[in-house]
Amino acid sequence: MDTLEVKQKLFHKLKIGNFSFVLPAIIIFSLFNVYPLFLILKLSFFEWNGISPLDQAKFIGIKHFIEIFTNDKLWWQSVWHAGIITILALTIQNVLALLLAMAVDRGIRGGNIYRVIFFLPPVLSGIVIGLIWQWIYNGHHGLLNHLFTFLGITRFENMAWLADPDTALYSVAIIHMWRGFGWGFIILLAGLQSIDSQLYEAAEVDGAETWHKFIHITCPLMMPVFILVSILTILGTMQIYDLIVSMTNGGPEYYTEVPITRILASMRGENRFGYACARGLVFGAMLLILSMIQIKVSKHMQKDL
Amino acid sequence: MESYSILKKRKNPFVTIGIHFSLILVSITCIFPVAWMISSSLKTQEMIFEDMGLIPKTFEISNYTKALIEGKFGIAFFNSCFYTVTVIIGVVLVSSLAAYAFSRLEFPGKNILFYGFLAYMMLPIPGIFLALYVLVNKLGDLTSFTIDLSFIGLSFLKDPINITIIGINTRLGFIMPQIAMNLSFAIYMLKTFFDKMPPELEEAARIDGCSKFGVYWHVALPLAKSALGVIVIFNALTIWNEFLWANLIFSDISRMPLPVALMKFQGSVVTQYPVLMAGMTITIIPIVILYLCMQKYIIKGITAGAVKG
Repeated sequence: MDTLEVKQKLFHKLKIGNFSFVLPAIIIFSLFNVYPLFLILKLSFFEWNGISPLDQAKFIGIKHFIEIFTNDKLWWQSVWHAGIITILALTIQNVLALLLAMAVDRGIRGGNIYRVIFFLPPVLSGIVIGLIWQWIYNGHHGLLNHLFTFLGITRFENMAWLADPDTALYSVAIIHMWRGFGWGFIILLAGLQSIDSQLYEAAEVDGAETWHKFIHITCPLMMPVFILVSILTILGTMQIYDLIVSMTNGGPEYYTEVPITRILASMRGENRFGYACARGLVFGAMLLILSMIQIKVSKHMQKDL
Repeated sequence: MESYSILKKRKNPFVTIGIHFSLILVSITCIFPVAWMISSSLKTQEMIFEDMGLIPKTFEISNYTKALIEGKFGIAFFNSCFYTVTVIIGVVLVSSLAAYAFSRLEFPGKNILFYGFLAYMMLPIPGIFLALYVLVNKLGDLTSFTIDLSFIGLSFLKDPINITIIGINTRLGFIMPQIAMNLSFAIYMLKTFFDKMPPELEEAARIDGCSKFGVYWHVALPLAKSALGVIVIFNALTIWNEFLWANLIFSDISRMPLPVALMKFQGSVVTQYPVLMAGMTITIIPIVILYLCMQKYIIKGITAGAVKG
């Protein structure tokens, strides 16, 4: 047997030809996804300014994590801010999305047009949305205050919605919900449409009211979809960034700081790269725990039904 | 045939009117800010603070030429198109090759690798850009070289030229991490699609002497058109609107995509609002057109995701 034949046999045995199909994906994935993950893990244990050569970074153990949990008020404030927006989105935005989805579900004229329109805000760049609304919210020449004046409401005259500590965060939250409800709407609508209409028909024959149908048919069948929408809402809202940058940039003072702007601040403003990595890890772990709790809850609830 | 849903719409005309009324109200809030932005892009800088009307009294088309040339949104527009197209091509090629192998071919470590991709898709890593920055910076040192062409004697070549293939402030430094970010979802999506596809056509092509790659390229890929449509539209939305990573790595205005250029323009000394609004209009036009053309794929993609849960 010559060597060429041996090589060919080995080639077939190890399926190297097949393996080459996944090779590009593996290379790109390892270099730009897996390696960075380990790099963040490593750097979070080092004091490094992000500028000097990496090998000058100083190992400091878990000091960064201790600092985050004991002495980082701004960080937890930023988490709280994102948390407030998330709670609002989970309730107001998703209830609105569900109501709209139920309204459009089956037997309404123009349902498809509404669907196209409601998904328009999610299509637009967060920066564009932020810049439009920043201007609408403007105290002196913003459209919103002009509208109030026009309606004869003088309470908010020259009110700078995004510059006032009392209103800034909620003003951003409203726009975030405006931008996001289309996602929930489309997913919930797809879920509603997969429910067998015979179930509703049978319930109606039995004389069930709309409320009963909602509690006994829609809710249990939609539970997996509800959980999916809430996970997506939590992950999307906690990581809010584009809107903050284009509307308030974290201000006034620190009243609209969110975790991503804080991570960036420790990376660039304070030149504490290792600390930024530690913040990123803590934040990632929090998001992971939140979504795992939701999946557990959904499994538990489905068992009960 | 009458179709039942939770609401008894057909029975009460007042309910139907009420539903339409609220749906139209919500629709107006969705469209109005965009319409107002377009209208403002046609006003003059003096007028824009006075005239709040939706229909502009003038049509200052010059705002658009100003935006494209002075505001550099022309270059940014090209950049955005370039990045979106290249990332999508990259994602589609790399993910479809891998997904095809995961679905149809045998090789060592197949299951572990596939679950690796899946697990990564589920894992939220909000700080990934930090490590990517370090990585791309390092790659910049490794892939930089200098060419000295002064021996040719041309005046514009007398200085040595520095070339960085992939690094901070390079196009590939934006493109490669974006391909990687969007790979997992595409592999998952295409793998489930190939799994459901009947293999007879491919087997016939194999018997006719087509190579494995030939079957993938000529048979499987064209059949996966609807799954590819989903991948194209979702990736287009993500990449066209991407801000965080682009803002981190581009300092050179000639390479910035539209969202970064907008923020840069907005932060300049005196903001010319009508020109900014023109830039914003330019930013949304291509993606809105693409969305309107491909919206059935959005619903398809979401339905696939929602049913899977």
